[in-house]
Amino acid sequence: MLQGWVIVLASFLYLGILFAIAWYADRRADSGRSLIANPAVYALSLGVYCTTWTFYGSVGRAAASGIGFLPIYLGPTLLFALAGFILHKMIRVAKTNRITSIADFVASRYGKSQLLGGLVTVIAVVGVIPYIALQLKAVSNSFAILASYPDIIMPAKAGAVPLLQDSALYVAMILAAFTILFGTRHLDATERHEGMVAAIAVESVVKLVAFLAVGVFVVWGMHDGVGDIFAQAALAPEVAHRLASADSPAAYGTWGTLIFLSMFASLLLPRQFQIAVVENVDESHLRRAVWMFPLYLFLINLFVLPVALAGLLHFPGGGGVDADTFVLTLPMAHQQEALALFVYIGGLSAATGMVIVETIALSTMVCNDLVMPLLLRLPVLGLAARADLSGLLLEIRRWAIAVILCLGYLYFRVAGEAYALVSIGLISFAAVAQFAPVVIGGLFWKGGTRDGALAGLAAGFVLWTYTLLLPSFAKSGWLPDGFIAHGLFGIELLRPQVLFGLAGLDEITHCLVWSLLVNMGAYIGVSLMRVPNLREARQATLFVGGAEAAGIPGWRGSAGIDDLLPLAGRFLGLERAQEAFSRHARQRGLRSLHELPADTRLVGFAETLLAGAIGSASARAMVASVVTEEPLGIDEVMNILDEASQVRAYTRELEQKSRELTRATAELRQANARLQELDRMKDDFISTVTHELRTPLTSIRAFSEMLHEDPRIDLAQRSRFLGIIVSETVRLSRLINQILDLAKLESGRAEWTVAAVDVAEVIREAADSLAPLFVDKRVSLQLDGCEAGLNVLADRDRLMQVMVNLLSNALKFVPVASGRVKVDVGAAAGEVRVSVTDNGPGIEAGDQEVIFEKFRQGTGNTDVLIDKPQGTGLGLPISRQIIEYFNGRLWVESTPGAGACFVFTLPRQAGDNGASQPTGEQP
Amino acid sequence: MIRSRLTAQRLAFLFLLGCFLFNYPLLSVFNRGGSFFGLPPLYAWLTGSWLALIALMAWVVESRAD
Repeated sequence: MLQGWVIVLASFLYLGILFAIAWYADRRADSGRSLIANPAVYALSLGVYCTTWTFYGSVGRAAASGIGFLPIYLGPTLLFALAGFILHKMIRVAKTNRITSIADFVASRYGKSQLLGGLVTVIAVVGVIPYIALQLKAVSNSFAILASYPDIIMPAKAGAVPLLQDSALYVAMILAAFTILFGTRHLDATERHEGMVAAIAVESVVKLVAFLAVGVFVVWGMHDGVGDIFAQAALAPEVAHRLASADSPAAYGTWGTLIFLSMFASLLLPRQFQIAVVENVDESHLRRAVWMFPLYLFLINLFVLPVALAGLLHFPGGGGVDADTFVLTLPMAHQQEALALFVYIGGLSAATGMVIVETIALSTMVCNDLVMPLLLRLPVLGLAARADLSGLLLEIRRWAIAVILCLGYLYFRVAGEAYALVSIGLISFAAVAQFAPVVIGGLFWKGGTRDGALAGLAAGFVLWTYTLLLPSFAKSGWLPDGFIAHGLFGIELLRPQVLFGLAGLDEITHCLVWSLLVNMGAYIGVSLMRVPNLREARQATLFVGGAEAAGIPGWRGSAGIDDLLPLAGRFLGLERAQEAFSRHARQRGLRSLHELPADTRLVGFAETLLAGAIGSASARAMVASVVTEEPLGIDEVMNILDEASQVRAYTRELEQKSRELTRATAELRQANARLQELDRMKDDFISTVTHELRTPLTSIRAFSEMLHEDPRIDLAQRSRFLGIIVSETVRLSRLINQILDLAKLESGRAEWTVAAVDVAEVIREAADSLAPLFVDKRVSLQLDGCEAGLNVLADRDRLMQVMVNLLSNALKFVPVASGRVKVDVGAAAGEVRVSVTDNGPGIEAGDQEVIFEKFRQGTGNTDVLIDKPQGTGLGLPISRQIIEYFNGRLWVESTPGAGACFVFTLPRQAGDNGASQPTGEQP
Repeated sequence: MIRSRLTAQRLAFLFLLGCFLFNYPLLSVFNRGGSFFGLPPLYAWLTGSWLALIALMAWVVESRAD
């Protein structure tokens, strides 16, 4: 039943199922219900580490060196024990910086250097191509062997068959098509491929089950358990020595080297980085993977040694059967057709899984870190101005996938037969191990610089090429092999595999010793030649330190949404870019993306967004083209890097305090000005008061002294003097009373007895009390409207005081005999209006307010009165205070020469017997 | 996520333990002929200690006691 077409059909059926799974997972991802958001899926997808190299090659290596295949799987186990320190940090850093590949990681770490990204890409491509060739070889060989069933015939040597009959060519083409379908259907800003991961997880299950099935068949189908196989092996002389390892320092050295090497490979191979870091959905999945992935490795290796021994026993002396094919040939030899087909599918799983992830990872690197930077630099192409580059990006990636597989096939044709599977794999491992110093160092050491990384990588790559890659070409006859035996230019010291006479090591260990030594030396040495520049220092802080890096701005310039949106749109497609910016706007609590301010945060976001599509180095270059960046001063950066947050906090606090102080000072200054004014007013007041007091005192004293010193003064004279003294004393006490009264009023300590008062009655009373004075001076007093019982709310005595004051004032200024004083009372607009009109000299317009000030009498410039007006100058101020206390107003209307009219109004008391007035205000 | 520094340190300890278990000189102790329950001693040692290490790693990351 194992005709060629059956195998081909089964292969395509299997690939079809895989594609369906991927398609379904992508759809689930689009609808937000991720199929792979599951720690088990993450752990299984990490199983992409096990390629055909594991599936077929482990048995081959076990057949050759016993347990020697195992270090390749012990290394990753140990690495995952360090996951908390290394992998966890890498995932976190990659997520925050949108790292999309190992090249991007290195480029980003050392200041987003395009050159560095390009170098890593070249090393990865050159180093991994033999590994891809290996997969092609394994699939085409297993197909050929299975197709020859029931005979067991080893396939012809690679390169011996004509190109068009070479099944490996078709395998390469089919895998290329399949990978393009899988990996480049659309451009994702995060460069994640959910469908691919789901398919890889399924492939991991298939290859594990297939291998376990073979193991179970060989151990319990062909033999009576593991013990039986080992017992038989112990009896067979040429098999027995596989049961123990070679017991020499070199053998233990190789063993340790392989553990070390595979540790790095399981982290740094582009496909491992892709699955473990880039495709990681959730950091927490790593926790489960810490033990599940090593367990997977354990299970897939459990039957390797028994199967290898059984193969050696079954095909004694090799029997023309390659040990790499025992997994397939043992079931075939026992006519287990279905099992053989299943094993073939398992091998296909291992190969397709590796090729898909590896080429997708490599194509991303080639596109983002090699081709795009070059294309964008070529002004001829005018790419920098092109509107939409997202299609171009996908196109470049598709071509990169095709070219990488093409190169893999070429390597297979040229060098494929020189090595067993395991050795080819190790060449690749040694290549990616060159990334270890710059990656691990970059995660924990801030001092690494771009120059150091370039030097280290370049030196390591050159030594790897010279000590491992070129000899592998030479051994396959592609290069003259003279330089291996005699050294370059015949210099013995330069023999590639005994470099500088270092002998006694296997070629892998030899290569690693030299390349990693020089790599690390150059990386550290060159890095230490200068301090990291600002950009390197910033990236170092982002990668090495976690928390303190958060506040460091990446850009000091700014660009608006109008510049950044079209830029991102060119690479992501306008719709996708708009969506991303809108999301960003929402996160910042803005309604739409057009409200986004042109600040460094926006620029940083745009750069991270672009980094997902075209890599961090290119993203920086593209963003730089629209951002006008202000140079970053060294002082500022030191400020930022050192105690930035602390200093800023203090500064903020100080600024606030200073603001408070300024405010307090302003208040104090205002208060002080007010105090000074009050002080001045008090001084004025005191000087006025003393002046007013001194006048009567002086006259009292003068007359008293005259009486005292001159006893001869006649009686009439004496009596006149005493009269003056008495009246001056009265004036003095009145003055003092009024001052005290005013002080009480002003300080608010005056006592008020507030009640409804009939204004007319108060006026009549005041008029009555002053009537004798009016009669004396022969002045007529006329009261108008005093019949109306108008009530106001006031203190009766105080109101009387006001009335008396106004009347005596009027009396003071009217001429004797012809003087007329008229009082009017009326109600208007809710008020009671009282006016006292006289026919005196009147008051100048400029004095009409002055007379209400203390001690100011408005008569200084009128010659109408010969006498200095009597009074203290306090009556009107006191009256005004009283009226205002009851919410009234007191003013004077006068035309000089035509008398004066003093008017006051008071709110009318509601409910009095006059016209109803509801608006009377309460005091 | 590796939840705490303690878990990370326990794992790092297991890393060192693994380095010791899987390398010279301990390997040379088991690298001899004879049989251990029908298995070659080296095979039995590596398989057993590997599984034990995985079990310890699982216990460390899955236990909630940290």
